[in-house]
Amino acid sequence: MIKALLDRTVPATILVASLLCVTAWGVAHFPRSIVVFMLFQGSIFLLYFARMPRWLKIGMTVAALGVLMPVLGTINAYYMEIAIQVGIFVALALGLNIVVGLAGLLDLGYVAFFAVGAYSWAIFGSPQANLIFGGSAFPLSPWWFFVFLFVGVGVAAGAGILLGLPVLRLHGDYLALVTLGFGEVIRVLANNLDKPINFTNGPKGITPIGRPPIFFAPLLQAVGITPDPNVIYPLYLYALVLLIVGATVLVNRRLEDSHIGRAWEAIREDQTAAQAMGVPLVRMKLLAFACGASFAGAVGVLFSAKQIFINPESFTFMESIGVLAMIILGGMGSIPGAILGATVVTVLNLQVLKGLSLWVNELRNAGTVIFGYSLANLPTQLEPAKYERMVFGLILVLMMIFRPQGILPARRRTRELTEPADS
Amino acid sequence: MATLLEARGVTKRFGGLTALNAVDFELEEGRIASIIGPNGAGKTTFFNVFTGLYVPEEGSVTFRATSLLGLRPDQITALGVCRTFQNIRLFKNMTAVENALVGMHSRVDSSFWGALSRNPHWKREEGALWTRAAELLDIVGLRGRANELARNLPYGDQRRLEIGRALASKPALLLLDEPTAGMTQGEARSLMALLRRLVGDLGLTILLIEHNMRVVMEVSDHVTVLDYGEKIAEGRAAEVQKNPRVIEAYLGRRKWTPRAEAGGA
Repeated sequence: MIKALLDRTVPATILVASLLCVTAWGVAHFPRSIVVFMLFQGSIFLLYFARMPRWLKIGMTVAALGVLMPVLGTINAYYMEIAIQVGIFVALALGLNIVVGLAGLLDLGYVAFFAVGAYSWAIFGSPQANLIFGGSAFPLSPWWFFVFLFVGVGVAAGAGILLGLPVLRLHGDYLALVTLGFGEVIRVLANNLDKPINFTNGPKGITPIGRPPIFFAPLLQAVGITPDPNVIYPLYLYALVLLIVGATVLVNRRLEDSHIGRAWEAIREDQTAAQAMGVPLVRMKLLAFACGASFAGAVGVLFSAKQIFINPESFTFMESIGVLAMIILGGMGSIPGAILGATVVTVLNLQVLKGLSLWVNELRNAGTVIFGYSLANLPTQLEPAKYERMVFGLILVLMMIFRPQGILPARRRTRELTEPADS
Repeated sequence: MATLLEARGVTKRFGGLTALNAVDFELEEGRIASIIGPNGAGKTTFFNVFTGLYVPEEGSVTFRATSLLGLRPDQITALGVCRTFQNIRLFKNMTAVENALVGMHSRVDSSFWGALSRNPHWKREEGALWTRAAELLDIVGLRGRANELARNLPYGDQRRLEIGRALASKPALLLLDEPTAGMTQGEARSLMALLRRLVGDLGLTILLIEHNMRVVMEVSDHVTVLDYGEKIAEGRAAEVQKNPRVIEAYLGRRKWTPRAEAGGA
């Protein structure tokens, strides 16, 4: 029934718009209800399925993500945090989507590039760099943050090529193993490069990392708002994340729909045939590694500025697997799939399981009795948040059985061919 | 006519097995030539040497007076030699038209930044690529199936699409590895008509590996016979057919026995 509604422009527009408004109103009135917030997120996704003119769709997406979400974020600050994290993982998933989904190069150490980006700003955006170069020139001024967004892209792309060069001859399982090793190497390096020269401060991590400047503060004051960093920064970082995600989606789409993307897909399908058809394997594979890594680099710089503190713990193998699971869940090689997968997994981790844990705890503390069993006696091990990995694994297993192509598999673009002159 | 492809003393060994033993080969422009021989004679190995998948231990391979030895397969394709595979190797999860578009990769002039910025040059070129892909599908008779996934195409169409994909790189020389394998007689005949058209209209030179003798005899100007990695005969189709060494390679030598001798007497 809903599908029939979504297939016609006017009902679809009305349905989605009213759903957005109702759920947003719901979040505003029940700011602590996770269910209502998830309904709001769901209605944003409904936009993708609704049939409506392109401009209207883009306009409504911008309105929902650019206006409604920040407004709700000021009502419950935790929602802003979730939105930022979702954004970070969406960008990561889109980057990995190029390497794994399009080019078919299974990369199990993707988080390494995220780490490279994060550490590049962490070192220079904090007093850490003084330990390397001496003096007290660091931290760099907050303005450098914007430069480092691009430095992060460059450094991560370089790391991608560095990883790519030795593994060019490998594919399949062998490639996966080497990339896994690479991811661990970067993490171990971060853990141990505190001597002889203290680059990363080892397991203690780096802090305080500079945040981007609030360059629009005079503007806000002119309108009569005194900027409160606690309120401004989440919104500000959210805006930056949105920009990065927007850029990654744009780059992904443009590359996918060009000779570059087609060559990547050809490599994924059959690399010998691809090369025989004139696709330069070495160059295209390195390009895929560099492109995928560069997104992770940019988003890493943002991550370190958001966290203020980073240490190697943030860049474990489980993170790489998590991002991979996002694109498997969403659908390999599919941009909307990667976005959906990243959102579902992040929301599941941050909201659903934690929410359930809180709920169970409340029941336990209240000593609720169900079927004659007092929940006060419930062992503390029974806490949904502790089963994160298990739930995750279960979801993946079920997906592999029932929908191996992912929730939103890549759709083949079909195009009307122009008629040749003679027919 | 000018010699397009020339191989001199090509030897390729796999461990103790000599797949090709000092084979000389010459192909003139505008011809359809065939390589025949029993299974394991080294035909596909020969193709793989031409297209850069294998590097021979000895000998030389030149295409239009350029040596092909040491070049990567994609560089050889860019020079104008393209091939199909014995066991169809299409990009199965891509559509027919996308398969053809990948074939044009070596002729694309736009850079990575062009694709990223979608500048006017990229837009013009991308439009031209799609138009040409449509023409190519027309040539191989797959126009109506442009948006179907390659793996969903019927077998004969997959063979045709592979030829279309190879044509996309604008080759001067087309190498077809058993193009009619598994086809019915009718399908094979229409494919042969297509090959003749390609030579006539596009000025291509075609080299076939083929087991279907009717096809070979009907279409080729020149036939080369390989057996155990050695060239045992070559020449016009009718001549080769009568060559005793060829008959022996295909049917085996008549065993000499005293009884046969006695029977003869």
